[in-house]
Amino acid sequence: MRVVVAMSGGVDSSVAAARLVADGHEVIGLSMQLYDQSAAEQHFGGCCSLDDLQDARRVAAALGIPHYVMNFEQAFTDTVVSTFVREYTIGRTPIPCVQCNGELKFSHLLDRAEALGADRVATGHYARLAPATDEAGVRLQRGLDESKDQSYFLFTLTQSQLTRALFPVGEMRKFEVRQAARDLGLAVADKPDSQELCFVPNGSPSKLVEELAPQAPGAGPIRDLHGREIGRHAGIHHFTVGQRKGLGVSGPVPLYVVQIDAQDHGITVGPRSALERQDLTASQVNWIAGAGPPTRRVTARIRHRHPDAPAVVESLDDARATVRFDDPQTAVAPGQAVVFYEGQTVLGGGWID
Amino acid sequence: MPWYNRQVGTIYLDHNATTPVASDVSDAVDTAQRQLFGNPSSIHGVGQAAKTELDDARAAVADLIGAEPTQIVFTTGGSEADNLALRGVAGSQSSRRHMVATAIEHEAVLHTLKALERAGWQVTLVRVDHTGVVDPSVVEEALTDETALVSVMHANNEIGTIQPIAELAPLVHARGALLHTDAVQSAGKLPVDVQALGVDLLSLSGHKFNGPKGVGALWVRRGTTLRSQLTGGKQERGRRAGTENVPGLVGLGVAARLAVRKQTSETTRLTVLRDRLEGGILASVSGTRVNGDPVRRVANTSNISFDGVEAESLLIALDLEGVAVSTGSACSSGTLSPSHVLRAMGFSPRRTQNSIRFSLGLGNSAAEIDRVLELLPGIVSRLRAVVGVRTPTRARG
Repeated sequence: MRVVVAMSGGVDSSVAAARLVADGHEVIGLSMQLYDQSAAEQHFGGCCSLDDLQDARRVAAALGIPHYVMNFEQAFTDTVVSTFVREYTIGRTPIPCVQCNGELKFSHLLDRAEALGADRVATGHYARLAPATDEAGVRLQRGLDESKDQSYFLFTLTQSQLTRALFPVGEMRKFEVRQAARDLGLAVADKPDSQELCFVPNGSPSKLVEELAPQAPGAGPIRDLHGREIGRHAGIHHFTVGQRKGLGVSGPVPLYVVQIDAQDHGITVGPRSALERQDLTASQVNWIAGAGPPTRRVTARIRHRHPDAPAVVESLDDARATVRFDDPQTAVAPGQAVVFYEGQTVLGGGWID
Repeated sequence: MPWYNRQVGTIYLDHNATTPVASDVSDAVDTAQRQLFGNPSSIHGVGQAAKTELDDARAAVADLIGAEPTQIVFTTGGSEADNLALRGVAGSQSSRRHMVATAIEHEAVLHTLKALERAGWQVTLVRVDHTGVVDPSVVEEALTDETALVSVMHANNEIGTIQPIAELAPLVHARGALLHTDAVQSAGKLPVDVQALGVDLLSLSGHKFNGPKGVGALWVRRGTTLRSQLTGGKQERGRRAGTENVPGLVGLGVAARLAVRKQTSETTRLTVLRDRLEGGILASVSGTRVNGDPVRRVANTSNISFDGVEAESLLIALDLEGVAVSTGSACSSGTLSPSHVLRAMGFSPRRTQNSIRFSLGLGNSAAEIDRVLELLPGIVSRLRAVVGVRTPTRARG
C-alpha cells in the first residue's frame, strides 16, 4: 500500500521509512516545515533545523523514495505554539508534542497523505498498535522499548486516526533501530536523540513566551504555605509545579513550587512533602476504545518518563474525570497529561486541571 | 538508487525555474573544458585561445539583446547581475539616494533593495494591477530628484507578464535616473533589444534558455558608471574581478545563438502548446482561472488557480505522476511560502496558495500536454475531496 512517513531527519523515522520500504510498501517521505527554518538557523541553533530536513532528504534518497517538505507553519503556530504560550501565561505546564501528534501529524498531515492517495501515515514513535480482541478497531500500546516508550504523547488519538497510523519501530529497541540504520548505511544512525522542544530556542520556554506574549503576567509574590510573602518572582511563566531551581528564596529545607496562581500571579512554595497529591481531575478525556464502565482501575502516568501508578478513574460529565491514586503522587502539574494504562494498553487520558 | 533518478519519463513543465542544457551547449562546454584551460588574461597562446572563445561568447550574448559586446559584463547569473546593477549604481552615486522598483520583482532585486535600505537608501516599491502590469504613470509618480535607479523586470517569473519597459524609459530618463531591467525570464524567449527598450542596464541568465548554470551577464549602457562589487583583477574591464568561467561562458554563447535561431519558431510552437494546456485545464477542471495578463506575457508561461486546492499538494501529486511544475518561488528548505507576486496583484492569501505555474520549453510536446490534461481532473477532484475539508492555512505575514 501507499504510505506516507513523517520524516524528521532523526534515526527513528528514518528506520521507520526503511522498514516500510523493506516490507514492499510504496513509501513517500514528508517532512513538516513548522517555522521559518532559515531564520531559526541563527536563532535556535542545531535542532529541527535545515540540517534535519537535509538529513531526511538524504535518507529518502538512500532508500530510493520520494521526499517532500510541506509547509505547516501556519497550522503549527495556530495550534501548537499558541496553546503552548497561552498555557504558560496561565500558570500551566504544556506538552506541545501531544498537540503536534494529534492536531498536525495525525490531522493535517494525514489529510495531505490521503490527498496523495496514501492509506496510512507512519511515524517513528515508540508505540505499538494491536487489533482489538473483543471488538472492531485498534488498541494503542506502549513501545516495546520501555525506556523509549512514547505512548504518553499519543493519548489524544481517536480510532479514526489510529486505524490510519503505523508505528514501524514500536516493536524495536532503540539500539536495534540504530543498528538497523547502520546496517543500511544511513548517515543518521548515530545522530543524537533530540532533547529539547524543537521550536523553543535554547531550551528556554520563558524567553519564547515573553517574545510571543508580551502581555504575559509579570512579576508577582512568592508565598510560603501559610500565605506569607517570602520573595518576588519575575513572572509565573518561569515556573512549573515541582520546580526547585530558580526560586531565589531559601529555607531550612529545599523549597519547591507547589502551586501557581494565575489570578494574582503568585506562586506558593513548600517542602517536597507539600507536593504530594492523592487525586486530580482531568479534562478533555479521550478513551481510545470508548469510556467503558464509569469507574475503572488503571495505572496512571502523570508525566513522560514517570512510572505509572495504580489509580481509580471515575468518569464525570463533559469528558472530565477524577483520578484517585492508591499512593500519593509528587508534583502533579496542571497542563500535563494524565494517561491511563491497562497493562501494555493505553486506555486513554486527559489534561490535568 | 534515488527515486528521482528513475524519472526518465518526467514531463518537465518548470522551465522558468531552469531549463535542460541543450546538447549543442553541453558539447561546447565539454570541449572547452578539455581544450580551453588557458587563463584569458594570459599573454601566451594558450591564454589567447581561451580569450578568443570568450570574446566570441560575448559577441553571441550581445547579439541576443542587440548590444555591443564591449558592454557585456559576464557574471555568475541573474542574481549577481541584479546585485551588480543595483549595488554598482548605488556605489557610484554621490548625491542621489533613492531607488524605485515594482513589488513583483525577483528576490535578487527585492532583497538587494532591502540591504540598500539598511544602508540608508530610500526605496519605493510601486504597485501593479491585478494582471501584474505596472502602470508607467505610477512609476512616474514615484520618481523624485533623488531617484538614482528604477528597476523593473521585463517579464515576471511567476506569471510571465511583460512590463511596458520602453514606455518607462523616457519617464525615468526625464528625471535623470537610470533604468535597469531584469530580463532573466525574457532573454532567449522574446526578442529583447536594449535600444528599443531604452534601458541602461539589463540582467540575463544562461540557464533560463538552455545554457549552463552559473553563467549570466549584465549589459551596461556605455557611459554608465558602475562600482565593481568584486574587486581584484581587471577582468570584465574592471567591473567584475575573477578569472572567467570560460567553459560555462562558451556554453552561454552557444545557448544565446541557439535562442536567436529558434526564437520565432519556438514562440509560435510554445504558444500553441500553452493554449492547448490552458484551454484544456479551463475546460476540464472546474474552478480554474488564469492569473496574469492573458496576452502580454511570455509564450511559455501559464499560471493557474485551482479553487479549493492547495498548490503544495497538487505539485506533489503531479510529481508523483511524473509531472514537474511549480508554485511560487521556492525557499531555502525547498518548501513554499505564499507568492509575493500574486499577493501584490491583490489576490487573497487563499488564492495565492491555490496557484500553479506551468512553464514550457524546448523539449515539450503535444503528447506531454495531453498526458497532463488526462491526469489533472482526477488529481484535482481527489485533492478537493480531502484537503478542502480543513480550512486552508493562512498566508504568512
